[in-house]
Amino acid sequence: MTPLLNVRDLACRYRVTGKRGETHWLHAVDGVNFTLDAGRTLGVVGESGCGKSTTAKLVLGLQPASRGRITFAGEPVSATRDSHWRAMRRRMQMVHQDPLAALDRRLTVGEQVIEPLIIHGLKGGPQTPRERALALFDAVGLRAAMFERYPHELSGGQRQRVVLARALVLDPELVVCDEPISALDVSVAAQVINLLQDLQGRFGMAYLFISHDLKVVRQIADEVAVMYLGRIVEQGAPDDLFHTPAHPYTEALVSAIPTVGQRDRKRIVLAGDPPNPVDRPAGCAFHPRCPRATAICRSEVPPLRPVAEGRLAACHLVPAVSARSAAA
Amino acid sequence: MLHPVPGSTGAAPPLLSLEDFTVAFAQGAGRTRVVHGIDLTLQRGEALGIVGESGCGKSVTWLAALRLLGKRAVTTGRVLLNGRDLSGFSERELADVRGGRIGLIFQDPTSCLNPILRIGTQIGEALRLHRGLTGKAAEREALRLLDRVGIADAPRRLRQHAHELSGGMNQRVMIAIALAGEPDVLVADEPTTALDATIQAQILDLIRDIRRDTGMGLVLISHDLGVIADLCDRVAVMYAGRVVETAATQDLLGSPRHPYTRGLLAALPSLEGPRVRLTPVGGTVPSPDAMPPGCAFAPRCAYAEAHCGNGIPVLQPAGTGHLSACRRLDALMGEWQRQAAREAGRHDPVVQDLDWPNRDRQRELSA
Repeated sequence: MTPLLNVRDLACRYRVTGKRGETHWLHAVDGVNFTLDAGRTLGVVGESGCGKSTTAKLVLGLQPASRGRITFAGEPVSATRDSHWRAMRRRMQMVHQDPLAALDRRLTVGEQVIEPLIIHGLKGGPQTPRERALALFDAVGLRAAMFERYPHELSGGQRQRVVLARALVLDPELVVCDEPISALDVSVAAQVINLLQDLQGRFGMAYLFISHDLKVVRQIADEVAVMYLGRIVEQGAPDDLFHTPAHPYTEALVSAIPTVGQRDRKRIVLAGDPPNPVDRPAGCAFHPRCPRATAICRSEVPPLRPVAEGRLAACHLVPAVSARSAAA
Repeated sequence: MLHPVPGSTGAAPPLLSLEDFTVAFAQGAGRTRVVHGIDLTLQRGEALGIVGESGCGKSVTWLAALRLLGKRAVTTGRVLLNGRDLSGFSERELADVRGGRIGLIFQDPTSCLNPILRIGTQIGEALRLHRGLTGKAAEREALRLLDRVGIADAPRRLRQHAHELSGGMNQRVMIAIALAGEPDVLVADEPTTALDATIQAQILDLIRDIRRDTGMGLVLISHDLGVIADLCDRVAVMYAGRVVETAATQDLLGSPRHPYTRGLLAALPSLEGPRVRLTPVGGTVPSPDAMPPGCAFAPRCAYAEAHCGNGIPVLQPAGTGHLSACRRLDALMGEWQRQAAREAGRHDPVVQDLDWPNRDRQRELSA
């Protein structure tokens, strides 16, 4: 089966002007590969500046890639805004972090859920746009009475439900969620996480779920990719990856999460900040902060390769297994 | 600087206490009350966590206590620092308390620092105001402080501006400025919320180290129970402008005695254990101008009964040093204990909370 989304060697760089007017290149995304099957959820985690949001924009064709190839349902994704691009945009939608910023404050939320149907000329069909939007309101747990309200009249959780309804009204196959939970309070975040899972069960779309919150990603993802400085450093099933991390960065990231349960758990505290993507360290980009770095880490870039069944890691210190035995 | 000796704090007045403290904001002709009479104490050297969702009044309480909210905020009740009421302090005296006795750090360090002043100037200002240090002495102390908060290459950093430093480094600078006054207590309002996970871990460790070295007290305001659990001895859970539960951290997280606290814990996804569907708390936090009658949590509470709508529940003993403001506390504690016993796989009537017999006695004493 061909995957719904296939990303090969994706890269995106930005031109940055230095203090003396010289040109630098900021490599936001630097050779990313992954696939996402229909109806599944890939979680992308990493710290700010690791390229996870840029990856989202590239996947949706919102900005051009400097290198690499993205195929969605067998067709190439480009950032050229032609009719082909628009037709494809109908099948892939996005949910942002801040629902108030994502909504138009001057339109009622009902109008905003209808709007995509009008933009894509889908006024016909068995349901009127209003009926279709109301059905989505019901699916995301909003009362029909909310239809005529404005965004400022709703709570944060309700607004995020409106954003979800608007994303789903076109019946997309892929929804890219960029930190959809981060702006919500704990009790409301749990409602939205459950809702995302229920909607996937009902409508069968795939999620590319981007978050800095490992706990939320573990809750929702079928597979997780950990990014560091524009590259995927580890990928695998959430429980395997978070319980027995292979890459030293994943290990540190997991141990850095303060949890309610184990108070005396040993924590690996990484020194320093993530390096500037303009001045990417040679070799493994993580080596200046890695507690286990050796000579080879400073000179050679570790490839992302299978290290266990269903698990990929980019680290010189983790022994590789052959692709054949990993697949077995 | 005093180092606390465990058990010796009983007789001395608490370092900081709030007594029946309320905060209201002038709104048109009337006032909207957002903090409804809370009592909190902080012993010398103690770390107190304040947890709650947005709008519960956790930040406003402490900003209002230090009179940092301007004239629109009206407070009643008392704020005692070493037994002296801050409301009687002049602006000048209060300026010495802020930054001197009580250090403050906030969520977004980069916007708290002055963008056009060098880091060294800003640390120097705190040293001059609170310690009377100038010139070479101030510079030496500034270098020591930057070193203390783990900033390498301190001489160069002193000459830099906030935009040249990362978020984590700016929060270290904020902590250095807070430490410049040698405060007795640090009030940290979501100090790591804007930071990445690995940087958050660094800052939490730094605060822990400084507390171990100086005995400085801590009021940590956070929405993240994980962060609170990491640093605090005691936790107060706030909901809609009231403290609904307070206990030692382990007690609160291990055996929560208020439906809201239990709801918060059940709503948290976890990295450990089997992946189970989350149990969200239904509904949303009420707005301060539309508070439900009686218990503010009742409309969202899975255990609420009709009488929860009559009268505000008061904090009552629910174990040693454990208080909970729930009208159904007695019934629910029995229910939760039986449930816990069932989950532990042994329905043994001897398995019960050892604090339980003391509770009625405590209630008699407090009555």
